[in-house]
Amino acid sequence: MPFTLKAAIKEVQDISLLAARALGSVFRRPYYVRDILLQMDQIGVGSLSVVILTGFFTGAVLALQTSKTLSTFGAKGLTGSLVAVSLVRELGPVLSSLMLAGRIGSGIASELGSMVVTEQINAMRALGTDPIKKLVVPRILASISMLPILTIVADGVGVIGGLVIAVQLLGLSSGLYLNSAWNSLSYMDLFGGLLKPLIFGFIVAIVGCHCGLRTYGGTQGVGRSTTQAVVAASILILVFDLFLTRIILAYTI
Amino acid sequence: MSGPVLEMKDVVKFYGDKLVLDGVSFKVYRGETKIIIGASGSGKSTILKVAMALDRPDEGEVWIDGQEISSLTEEELVPVRQKIGMVFQESALFDSMTVRENVGYRLYETSVDDDEIDGRVRENLQFVGLEDAIDKYPSELSGGMKRRVALARAMISKPSIMLYDEPTAGLDPVTSRRINELIIALRDVQDVTGIFVTHRMRDAFTLASEYASNGTGAVTFHKESGVLCIANTRFLMLRDGKIIFEGPDEILRQSKDPYIKKFLA
Repeated sequence: MPFTLKAAIKEVQDISLLAARALGSVFRRPYYVRDILLQMDQIGVGSLSVVILTGFFTGAVLALQTSKTLSTFGAKGLTGSLVAVSLVRELGPVLSSLMLAGRIGSGIASELGSMVVTEQINAMRALGTDPIKKLVVPRILASISMLPILTIVADGVGVIGGLVIAVQLLGLSSGLYLNSAWNSLSYMDLFGGLLKPLIFGFIVAIVGCHCGLRTYGGTQGVGRSTTQAVVAASILILVFDLFLTRIILAYTI
Repeated sequence: MSGPVLEMKDVVKFYGDKLVLDGVSFKVYRGETKIIIGASGSGKSTILKVAMALDRPDEGEVWIDGQEISSLTEEELVPVRQKIGMVFQESALFDSMTVRENVGYRLYETSVDDDEIDGRVRENLQFVGLEDAIDKYPSELSGGMKRRVALARAMISKPSIMLYDEPTAGLDPVTSRRINELIIALRDVQDVTGIFVTHRMRDAFTLASEYASNGTGAVTFHKESGVLCIANTRFLMLRDGKIIFEGPDEILRQSKDPYIKKFLA
C-alpha cells in the first residue's frame, strides 16, 4: 500500500516536471513550426470523422431520450434547449476529449514508446535535439489548439443530429428546435464549453507523452504504455470535468 | 603527447539497485580507438551512454576535451555533443524520415543551407557506399545498410570522437568487414578518436591489427606485421562493471588471467 502511494506521488511529480519543462520550452528556440502543423493535421483533421460521428449520434440520442420525459410535462418544445445545453456544457467537450484520448493519447504513447525502446530518443539527444521541445511541445500545442475546434464541430453536428430526430420523429418544427437551442445558451456556457477541451487537450497530450517517454521493456512495454495513457487520460478528464464544472457553475450563477 | 580527448575518472553507475559501472577510469587520446570488450551486461554500452551524457554517472567525472560534462544541463551539452558521433546498437534511425533526412538531421536542426546539406549528405553516403539509398526509408533497408546510414549520420558534423555500440552485431561477415573498414578509415585517414564496444573478438582484432592509408588517393587496408604495432588501438576489458584489462592486443592475447583466456578462446 505505501508503495502504491509512493508510486502515485512519483507519477504526479514526473508528469508535473514534464509539463513544466514543456511549457518552459514553448517560447524558446527552435520552434519546430513544421512539427506543430503536422501534429495539428494528425490530431485535428485526423480526428474529424470520429468527432463528427460521436457528436451526431450523441445529439440524436439526447433528443430521443429527453423528448419522452419533456413531453410528460408538455414541454417537448424545449428539446432543442436541452440538447444544446447538454452538448455545449458537458457532452461535447467530454466525449470529444475521451475520443481523442483513445485515438490520439494512445497514438502519442505508442509512437514515443517505440522511439524509446528503439533508442531513437537517445539518438535524438545524441544529435543535439531536446526531445521535449521536438516531440512533446508540438503535441501539446496541437492538442490544446485542435480539441476546442473539434468540440465546436461536435457541438454543431450534435445539434444537427438532434434536429434530424426532432423534425423526423418528434414532429417538431426546425425553427422551434433551433430557436430553443440558440436561446438557451449563455456566453458562460460557450466559455465553459471551450475552456474544458483546452484543459482536456493538455491532459491527453501530456499523459500520452509521459507514458510514452517512460516506456521500458520492449514492444510489450509499448503496449502497456499505450493502455496506461488511455486509461489515465480518460480518468483525469472525468475528474477534472467535475472540478471545472463546479468552478464554472460557481461563476455562472 | 597532448591531453586525453575523453577521460573517465572513478565512474560509478547504478541502474536501480544494480551496480553497472564500478569505479571505471580510463583515458582516450586523439586518433586512438579504444575497444571495450566484455560479456553481455558487463557495462560496455553504459560507458558509451555516460560518455555521451545520455546517462549521468552516480559518482565520478567524465571529461571531454578538457571539460567536465556530467553536471551540464541538456542545453549546455549541445555543443559538447556536436563533437561526438554515436552509432547505436540497433542503428536507431528515425522511422518517419528518409535516409537523406536521417543523415542530414543534425544539419537541418542548425539551419544550414539546403544545398550544402544535400552535398554533405551525399558525401557521407558515398563514404559508406549508399548514395543510391538517399530517398529510401529505414524500413526499406537491410540491417547492414541501416548501420552504414547510422554511421553516415554520426559522421555528418565531422565529429572528433566516434562512439560505436556493437555496430557489427547480428551482421554477416561481409557487411561486418565493410563496417570495420569504414571505422579503420575514420581512425587512420581522418584521425577520429573512437570507442568501439563489441563482444565479437574477430571484429576487435581486425580493428587492432589492420590499418588504412590513402597514399595513392584511394584508401587501402593493410595488416600490421607480427612485430610492429601500427594500429592506434588499445583494448579495455570489463567484468561486472570493473576494468580488468587495459592495453594493446598483443598483451591481451598473452594474458594469463583465466577469465580473459576463456573469453578469448
